[in-house]
Amino acid sequence: MAVSAIFGAKVNRREDPRLISGTGTYASDVALANMAYAAFLRSPHAHAKIKRIDAEKAKKLPGVVTVLTGKDIGSKLNPVPCAWPVTGADVKIPKYYPIAVDRVRYVGDPVAVVVATSPYEAADALDAIVVEYDPLPAVILQEEAMKKGAPLLYEEVPNNIALHWKIGGGNVSDAFSNAEVTIKERFVNQRLQPTAIETRGATAQYDPSTGMLTMWVTTQNPHVHRLLLTLMTGIPEQKLRIISKDVGGGFGSKIPCYGPEAVVALLAKETGVPIKWVEDRHENYVATIHGRDHVQYVELAGKKDGTITGLRVKVYSNLGAWLSTAAPGVPTILFGLILPGAYKIPNVECEVYGMVTNTTGIDAYRGAGRPEATYIIERLVDIFAHKIGMDPAEVRLKNFIPKDKFPYNTATGLAYDSGNYEGALFKALGMVSYDNLRRELQMLRSEGKLVGVGISSYVEVCGLGPSSVVRSTGFALGLWESAIVRVHPSGKVSVFTGGHPHGQGEETTFAQITASELGVLIDDVEVIHGDTDRIPFGMGTYGSRTTPVAGGSIVIACRRIKDKGKKIAAHLLEAREEDVQFDSGKFFVTGVPGVSKTLAEVAWASYGAGSNEIPSGMEPGLESTAFYDPPSFVFPFGTHVCQVEIDKESGQVKIKRYVAVDDCGKQVNPMIVEGQVHGGIAQGIAQALWEEAVYDEHGNLLTGTLSEYAVPTAVELPKYETTSTETPSPHHPLGLKGVGETGTIASTPAVVNAVCDALSPYGVENIDMPLRSDKIWRILKEKGISK
Amino acid sequence: MSKKPMSVRKTSRRSKKIWVPEVFSQKTIRVIVNGKEYVRDVKPRLLLVDFLRDSLGLTGTHVGCDTSNCGACTVILNGRSVKSCSMFAIQADGKEILTIEGLAKGNQFHPLQQAFWDNHGLQCGFCTPGMIMQAYWFLKENPHPSEEQIRWGIAGNLCRCTGYSNIVKAIQVASEKIGVEQMQVEPRKQRMVRRS
Ligand code: FES
Ligand code: FES
Repeated sequence: MAVSAIFGAKVNRREDPRLISGTGTYASDVALANMAYAAFLRSPHAHAKIKRIDAEKAKKLPGVVTVLTGKDIGSKLNPVPCAWPVTGADVKIPKYYPIAVDRVRYVGDPVAVVVATSPYEAADALDAIVVEYDPLPAVILQEEAMKKGAPLLYEEVPNNIALHWKIGGGNVSDAFSNAEVTIKERFVNQRLQPTAIETRGATAQYDPSTGMLTMWVTTQNPHVHRLLLTLMTGIPEQKLRIISKDVGGGFGSKIPCYGPEAVVALLAKETGVPIKWVEDRHENYVATIHGRDHVQYVELAGKKDGTITGLRVKVYSNLGAWLSTAAPGVPTILFGLILPGAYKIPNVECEVYGMVTNTTGIDAYRGAGRPEATYIIERLVDIFAHKIGMDPAEVRLKNFIPKDKFPYNTATGLAYDSGNYEGALFKALGMVSYDNLRRELQMLRSEGKLVGVGISSYVEVCGLGPSSVVRSTGFALGLWESAIVRVHPSGKVSVFTGGHPHGQGEETTFAQITASELGVLIDDVEVIHGDTDRIPFGMGTYGSRTTPVAGGSIVIACRRIKDKGKKIAAHLLEAREEDVQFDSGKFFVTGVPGVSKTLAEVAWASYGAGSNEIPSGMEPGLESTAFYDPPSFVFPFGTHVCQVEIDKESGQVKIKRYVAVDDCGKQVNPMIVEGQVHGGIAQGIAQALWEEAVYDEHGNLLTGTLSEYAVPTAVELPKYETTSTETPSPHHPLGLKGVGETGTIASTPAVVNAVCDALSPYGVENIDMPLRSDKIWRILKEKGISK
Repeated sequence: MSKKPMSVRKTSRRSKKIWVPEVFSQKTIRVIVNGKEYVRDVKPRLLLVDFLRDSLGLTGTHVGCDTSNCGACTVILNGRSVKSCSMFAIQADGKEILTIEGLAKGNQFHPLQQAFWDNHGLQCGFCTPGMIMQAYWFLKENPHPSEEQIRWGIAGNLCRCTGYSNIVKAIQVASEKIGVEQMQVEPRKQRMVRRS
């Protein structure tokens, strides 16, 4: 197959013109006639019984349409579903209602909803509702939640343990008893607030004459949302239409379906007027899922020559006050399987406890489980290297799975498809002239400077995923993806994808893939997504899956179209089908390129469907629906190198240089790949250095606004030097792998390794994130490094 | 655990009640937005951003926070960049506003818009209108900025997607273009294919 130059080209994004001119359509931009506004009253207590709610005064305020409490809603809405009861993890899914009925379990738990004719009047009405609470003791930290006598959130979750999961391979106890060197650490992978700049929201409109409910929602997966809303509201799927045009970032936080979305649907149906609800930022921070929050007890066994022989991990993962859509899968399947990273570690053991606590729910945040795993192994490799006096780069090289050993089966049961880990490492080391850099740093250190360099070599499992595997882990649906490719009579093409890009640029990359497969101009291809009444049932965008999996379905649909087109062209050209070839948009007889039919001519014939146009018995039309179920996951990898300097006076960490070498196989659009890597690195650095969701002991989120939660600006973040290697996925039709999360996975340990390297001459082995200046400054004081 | 009273945060930036004498409960304002004059009756507590979005339907200006941190709502008011979430509509009475919708001339993008497009300066696009408006003001104040100055110039605008590098690059490229063309707009390019 000739891949035209459009595949792999830096094509400017076609989603941009509307977004740079302010004419995009985000959920909060939807305005409908007679629209009313919903607002949720949320609990100020982390844990309390609701004694009494008095909404009478609120109901009488001007503009107020209605006020509903959990009791009023009663059985009209089902509990918020959890879609991933991980197999073998003994998952307990407690009943969590869209609006609390008699008990609140975190600060931000909804207790009532107001509908008013303006958002301002709705806010007034919230203030007028009187709620009497009977506060209960709260539990915030996962390790506290396990203790005897800890406050219990749900009767149906004994000891607050919502899941317990184990995985492993090899013989870990032997590895540790025979080890020459062992390392033991406690890492905290702190809680983060995803912070899509667009908060969540929903607008619903009900048509009583058809029974159709149309809903504009902030979502990464319109069909998954529709299904979950059906389960909650009882509105049948065929009567529920989810539209999501532009989405202002998701990072995992718009995968789950949330209670308020179901409430908005119900309100539209009950009141008969369109209902709009948009979170404000504080609401987003207390009620939209958080990410990470692991306490990790980790051990590594190795030899003095640098060989890693064993890994043992025990994790206490905080799940928050409810089990969000994918929550149980994140600290288990998405975490445990990838623990060995890029290394041939024969003995691995992992045990995970997932705890419910009186905090906001935790679910997938960019990387979801894989950053938490990569952090463990990449930090341990550095600590191990330091302990045996070897260079961290050397230890990595010594333990890498060699490039001729793929496919490689890990001790945790994954089959890595391909890799060239040393290739990426050497390239990254070359970019920073590693040996020279080490010497240079040595010199700077002798001048009293606090300087360091950190490496992180990662492997990511993504392109979720082969349905049989995903189903065997307990996920409620398969993770294939769908596409309809429709060639119109004129030869122009519409592509309907089940993926739902919201910043990742697949309106562009999918047009590139289609143009290259069908040999048409990119401007003759339209990519449609984000509307359940237009697209085939699809699984949506997350887990670095859209380009490989949804892209795969488009390729297959295109190839089916070409197969049919060949039959039609053979008929038109009075040739045998075997003699017809396709290249660059033309069907031609082998050896006679002059005797040909264009795709447009074939399309026209397919719709004409006369006996001289298509073979008898053939169905008219030229379109194909494909469901691509990937045969395996894809495994992008790479090495990032970070160089830092710490200011002695303030403890502030300054990133002097950041180099990233990533391998996501073939690249459809290198400009977009680079953009994904940039954004990922930024979020990973932010976790390493600044971001942290903080609760006080009463369960108040102290980082509940953007004034307190430390999202970095352009001033704090460095320039990124990015490049790539190319190891195509052997099982993907185009050799693609995902790249949306790699930056986040790789960068966090690279930065922490660099900071710990800078402080290693002073006996500092580990510092828990975030490495903010106050924390570092205290260490500098303590160690007598600064006065 | 003690049962100390817990800090209750206001649930909405809109819930702040200001005391308003009856007579002022509705006020007529006259504003020029993107060159067009609007006369509207507004409540004194109506935020400028809600006025632009809900009353005028100019939804290109976004809201991303309730604490004046994100800059998604940035517009130009009488030549200065302001965060329209932190002003009341009545404060804009008699003033001139430029929003993202008014930046292009017909179908010719402003050099900043074009540079954001050409340099992949946006992903989800939610921060973009605010970012571009801030850059627009910043370049007026500082037509030949260094990279460092650009970074400080947009420090009041948050982007969660891009890691800022390409935004900084876009502003740099635009500053050079604007320098050359002295703020003349250039014809909007067709979807451009650059081959590497
Ligand atoms: S909306 Fe965030 S600064 Fe205005
Ligand atoms: S492009 Fe998404 S927030 Fe900036």
